[in-house]
Amino acid sequence: MTTPLIELKNIEKHFGSVIALNGVSVSVYPGECHCLLGDNGAGKSTFIKTMAGVHQPTKGEIFMDGQQVVFHTARDAIEAGIATVYQDLAMIPLMSVTRNFWMGREPLRRLGPLKFIDFDKANRVTMEEMDRMGIHLREPDQAVGTLSGGERQTVAIARSVYFGAKILILDEPTSALGVRQTSNVLATIDKVRKKGIGVVFISHNVRHALAVGDRFTVLNRGQTLGTAKRGEIEAEELQDMMAGGKELAQLEGSLGGTV
Amino acid sequence: MSEADTKAASPPEEAKDERVRQISPLRKALVRPELGSICGVILVFVFFFLIARDSGMFSPEGIQNWTVVSAQFAIIAVGACLLMIAGEFDLSVGSMIGFSGIIIAMMSVTYEQPMWLSIIVAFAIAMGIGWLNGFLVIRTGLPSFIVTLAFLYILRGLTIFLARVTTNKTIIGGVRDAAEGDWLAAIFGGKILTGFFQWLADNGLIDKFVAGNRAGEPVVDGVPMLVVWAIGLIIFGHILLTRTRFGNWIFASGGDAQAARYSGVPVNRVKILMFMFTAFCATVFATCQVMEFGSAAADRGVLKEFEAIISVVIGGALLTGGYGSVIGAALGALIFGVVQQGLFFAGVESSLFRVFLGVILLLAVILNTYIRRSITGER
Repeated sequence: MTTPLIELKNIEKHFGSVIALNGVSVSVYPGECHCLLGDNGAGKSTFIKTMAGVHQPTKGEIFMDGQQVVFHTARDAIEAGIATVYQDLAMIPLMSVTRNFWMGREPLRRLGPLKFIDFDKANRVTMEEMDRMGIHLREPDQAVGTLSGGERQTVAIARSVYFGAKILILDEPTSALGVRQTSNVLATIDKVRKKGIGVVFISHNVRHALAVGDRFTVLNRGQTLGTAKRGEIEAEELQDMMAGGKELAQLEGSLGGTV
Repeated sequence: MSEADTKAASPPEEAKDERVRQISPLRKALVRPELGSICGVILVFVFFFLIARDSGMFSPEGIQNWTVVSAQFAIIAVGACLLMIAGEFDLSVGSMIGFSGIIIAMMSVTYEQPMWLSIIVAFAIAMGIGWLNGFLVIRTGLPSFIVTLAFLYILRGLTIFLARVTTNKTIIGGVRDAAEGDWLAAIFGGKILTGFFQWLADNGLIDKFVAGNRAGEPVVDGVPMLVVWAIGLIIFGHILLTRTRFGNWIFASGGDAQAARYSGVPVNRVKILMFMFTAFCATVFATCQVMEFGSAAADRGVLKEFEAIISVVIGGALLTGGYGSVIGAALGALIFGVVQQGLFFAGVESSLFRVFLGVILLLAVILNTYIRRSITGER
C-alpha cells in the first residue's frame, strides 16, 4: 500500500480538565474520501481543527508523506497543503464569486510601480474552475449571495483545489443543504477525489457518508471506535456506533428505519 | 462523471435553474451602490435649477461656493467610507478635526515652530490616535461605535484643554502669517490654475471685481487646494477599493471578518490601517480649514463625524460593512454641499437643512436595504 498523505497517531487533546480527544488515529490516502462520523460532542470538530493546525495536540504525532510534522498555526497547515472548508464560513455573500475565489491570494498585474488585481485572469480562471465543478455562473462578478448553499460549498471546494490542496477537510458540508444540493456537493467530492486529493468528510449523516466514503471512522466521546472500509459495514452498524449503544437501535425500531 | 460531462457539454441555458428569473440589464445596472446617490444628485440639481436659477447659485462664484463645501464633506467621507466598508465606524472624526487644527496653530503660532513641522506633527499625532482607535477595537473586541465615541469626548476635551492652557483662549489666530512662504502650507492652503482663471476673466468668460481692493481680479481666481485634495482622495480611494488586493481585503474584512481570516486576509492590519486613513482624512480637512481661515478653534468639526457617515450611507454603503462605493460617498458629499448652500441661495430657512438630512438619510437606508436584498437574495 502507498504511504498515507497524512497520518495522525494517538492524538490527544485536553482543554483544562476536559479530555476532548483521547487517542484518535486516522490516516488519509491519495484519492480517498475518508468519512469521519460522530454525534454532536464526539470530538469531530476538535479533531479536524487539530488536523488544520488551529489546535495543537496535547499528545500524539502527525505524519505527512511519512515525515513527522508539527503545525504551530493554521497557516502552517495551509502551506503544507491542508485546506479546510467550514460549513458557514466559507464565503462572503456580498462579494462577487471572483473576489471570494481569490480572497487572500489575488493575482496581480504590474502597472509601473503599482500593482492591481488582474481581473481578466481572475474572472477567466474562476469561470473555468466553476465550470469544471459543474456550476455555470451567469457572470463572475455576481455576488456569492445569489448562489445556493451547495453552490457556495462548491466555490469553496473549487478554490481549495485550484490553490493546490493535497488534503481537503470538509466540515459538515451537507448538514444545512437540501436533497438536490447535497447530491451536487457529494458529486463535487467525487470529482475532487478523482484528482488524487485526499478528502476528509465530516458528517453525522450516515447516508451522506456511505454515498461517497471509501473508509469510515467513527468517533465517540473522544475515542476512535475503529475504521471500516466501504462494503464492510452497514448503515445500521455505523449508526449504532455513533450513538454508542443499543438504545438507538430500539428507538429506530419504533420509528421504523434508519434515522 | 458522465453526468457531469453531459452537463458541461450542454448549452448553459439548459443548466440554469428555471426558477431563477432572468435579470434584465436595466435592473442589473440599477443594483449598484451608487444608485441612490446618482438619483439624489440629479434630483437635487433639477430642484435647485428650478427654484434658485436666478440667485447666482450657478454663476462661477456660486459654483465655487458649493464645490468647496462639497469638497469638505468629500474629504472626510472618503475615509469614513473605506472604514465603514471594512466594517467599522469612527465617531471621533469631528473631534479629530478640532484637535489637529489646534495642534497646528499651537505649534506654529504659540511655539513658533516652522509650519511644515507643525503640519507633519499634527498628521503624526492624529494617525497615532487613529492607530490607537483601531488597536483598542481589535484588542478589546468592543464595537468601534463605543471606542470612538469615547475618543469623541477625549479628543474634544483635550483640544479645549490644550488651547486654554497654552493661550488662555479657544481660538488661536495668526496662522496665515506663520504659513507665509511655507512649502507644505501651500499644498493645503493655496489655489491652482490661477493663470487659467485670469485668462478666462481677461477674455470675458468670467466676471471681474469692479470695485474694492481686489478690483480687476477674477471673481473666481483658481481651484482651491481643498478641492484638489478631495478629488485626489476620491480617485485614490476608488482605485484602492476596486482595483487592488488591499481593496479586496477591505471588502472581505467588513463582509465577514472570520471568513476572511480563514482565507489568510490580515483583517486586523486592514482595520487598523483604515482607522489611520480616516484620521489622515480628518487632518487634511483640518489643515485646509486652518489655512483658509487663518485660525484654529477648539470647536471646529462638531458633528462632522455624522455628516461623513451620512454621506457614505447616501452613497450606498451598508452600515454593517462589506459593501459600498467611494464614488457613491463622493456623490453623497456633493448632495450635501449643494443642498446646504442651495437652501441659502434660494433664501429658504437654513434650519430646514437638518430636516432634509434626516429625511434623505432614511430614504437612503431604505433603498440600501432593498439593494442588499437584491444582491444576496435574502427576503
